[in-house]
Amino acid sequence: MTKLLQTLVDGISVGSLYALIALGYTMVYGILSFINFAHSDVFMLGAWFSFVISRAFGWAEVAPPAWSIALVLPASMVLCATLGFTIERLAYRPLRAAPRLNVLITAIGVSLLLENTGALPFLFGTQPQSMPRLIADRPLATIAGVNINVVDVVVVVVAVALMMALQWLVFGTKLGRAMRAVSFSDKIAALMGVNVNLVISFTFVVGSALAAAAGLLYALKYPGVKQPADASWVLLGLKAFCAAVVGGIGNVRGAMLGGLLIGLVELFGAAYVSTTLRDAYVFLVLIAVLLGRPTGILGRAAVEKV
Amino acid sequence: MARPTDMADAARRLSPPLGGSIPRSLLPLILGVIIAVLGQLLVPAVGDFYYTLFINIGINVILAVSLNIVNGLTGQFSIGHAGFMLVGGYVAGIITYYGSYALWGSTKVIEVFLGPGEWLFVAGSVVGGLVAAACGYLVGLPSLRLRGDYLAIVTLGFGEIVRVLFQLTTPVLKGDDLAAASLGQKLTSLGGAQGFGAIPRYTTLFWVLVFVTLSLLVAIRLKRSTYGRAFLAIRENEIAAEAMGVNTTQTKVRAFVLSAFFAGIAGSLFAHQLATNLNPRELGFQKSFDVVIMVVLGGMGSVSGAVVAAVLLTILPELLREVSGYRMIAYAFLLIVMMILRPQGIFGVRELWELGGKKKS
Repeated sequence: MTKLLQTLVDGISVGSLYALIALGYTMVYGILSFINFAHSDVFMLGAWFSFVISRAFGWAEVAPPAWSIALVLPASMVLCATLGFTIERLAYRPLRAAPRLNVLITAIGVSLLLENTGALPFLFGTQPQSMPRLIADRPLATIAGVNINVVDVVVVVVAVALMMALQWLVFGTKLGRAMRAVSFSDKIAALMGVNVNLVISFTFVVGSALAAAAGLLYALKYPGVKQPADASWVLLGLKAFCAAVVGGIGNVRGAMLGGLLIGLVELFGAAYVSTTLRDAYVFLVLIAVLLGRPTGILGRAAVEKV
Repeated sequence: MARPTDMADAARRLSPPLGGSIPRSLLPLILGVIIAVLGQLLVPAVGDFYYTLFINIGINVILAVSLNIVNGLTGQFSIGHAGFMLVGGYVAGIITYYGSYALWGSTKVIEVFLGPGEWLFVAGSVVGGLVAAACGYLVGLPSLRLRGDYLAIVTLGFGEIVRVLFQLTTPVLKGDDLAAASLGQKLTSLGGAQGFGAIPRYTTLFWVLVFVTLSLLVAIRLKRSTYGRAFLAIRENEIAAEAMGVNTTQTKVRAFVLSAFFAGIAGSLFAHQLATNLNPRELGFQKSFDVVIMVVLGGMGSVSGAVVAAVLLTILPELLREVSGYRMIAYAFLLIVMMILRPQGIFGVRELWELGGKKKS
């Protein structure tokens, strides 16, 4: 029972991280219909930016103050948002009219570029680093033998707060309406006076900022920050993309649901079945869901027109 | 109204009898074998480095040409090619490692050109290709319901699941353990995360070139056949193809099976070569991405484009070895610039020998 509840707590915490990353994938897919492979690297850089900022303040040696996360989080989000804007402007916008496969290959190229630039010796190097503990590593409460760690609470609270902000942004503002309009049809949206390029740029900014937040939270939960070119970052990104697909790609609520589901399945599988198979559960869930509902749990079937 | 005899005549012209296609396939095949013998005799004289490089080029050519059948000709998007490689490599490895122990009581390489060891290796490669093709059938089946990127992500999932499954296996059996092991034990003792390093190293440039010839022959003949036209029809417009009587699901599955077969063979060649260990970690999604890049860079559906891209992308990292830290950055940068400046790939949809003529699809 204790194990079950503990896995549940961990699963929710990891799942909300997946959800945050999945949102970036799903928003880009909803508008431009391509898998932004570079998103996992924006997430990776979010973790590394957070590490570099924390180290610059000397929080590796002295205990960080309570407000440290309130400084690192926005700083890392702004940096990654700028990066996301730049990537879209320089690499994807020239390909707006090109076949989707080309955009996809470009995305792989951008992904490789970010990874290997990050791994340069004068940037982040090829050594794993240990993230300073901005949040005390202790249980906040222990209920029936289940440790609810401060880190997990912070992860879930920040993730939920950001997702609520996004929900408001997409469904409650004029810009959000423009985003939904472009995602429905960019041509019609343009005819209605929506600045499509601005909306696409904004989507990348928001998605990258969310990925940066996920990067920081991930580094807080797992303080061993792997080197930028490590394959595990891309794998994490791919799992998050699977979460977006499972929830129904292009659907903001679907990404949150899918992320949570994937996180829970992965941790329960690792705890109860086999740890070695951990990387496979996500894809098994994905295939099972897609065979039953080809457009994901919350996705709507697209009507194909001749 | 065309008379029935005209129709039959037209049909006969569209699908020539088998007798006509055999000499057309046989000549290039003989030529390929001659080149393979020459390659095997001449290249080692130049140096080990070039021998290994040529083998790598050959394996990548088979991979690119086979993925081109699914991604280029049929327009489906598969990013699980490395998964088929793994299946083929492991199945062939089981046959050569445990098979040669069962046959000759030893797992050493029999170094006789065209000797029994090499034939076992060829048989293993073909069986590996067949098992990979069976996996291709399984992966192709969901294409009934899934389209585009959904299918892509399923193929990716397949590759990752296969990789994780092979990592689960137990260490390779040796010596006394091997003699006492049951078949079930042998089938699950494939080295796990350390990789299947004990495979006898049978891959020679000769066999690589023979399989390159075979895959090129199949790809080029396929592209001009009625089957190939069905593939192209699906790529251009699936609904129109279906309206014209193409069984789209069956055709897509067929493309996956054929593509997976050659990927399995390439996997076997990869597994048995001297320079590398068959390791699940090396054949993850990154390897699949590499092959996709070759196909897109060569031009979708262009067989010669895939070959040229595979050769270039195998040599390029060797040339950039001097600046190792910046190698991948330069590669990524080239990729992005290439996609922006020449989105249709090196040859577009055309072949090398069609470049001078008028545009053909």
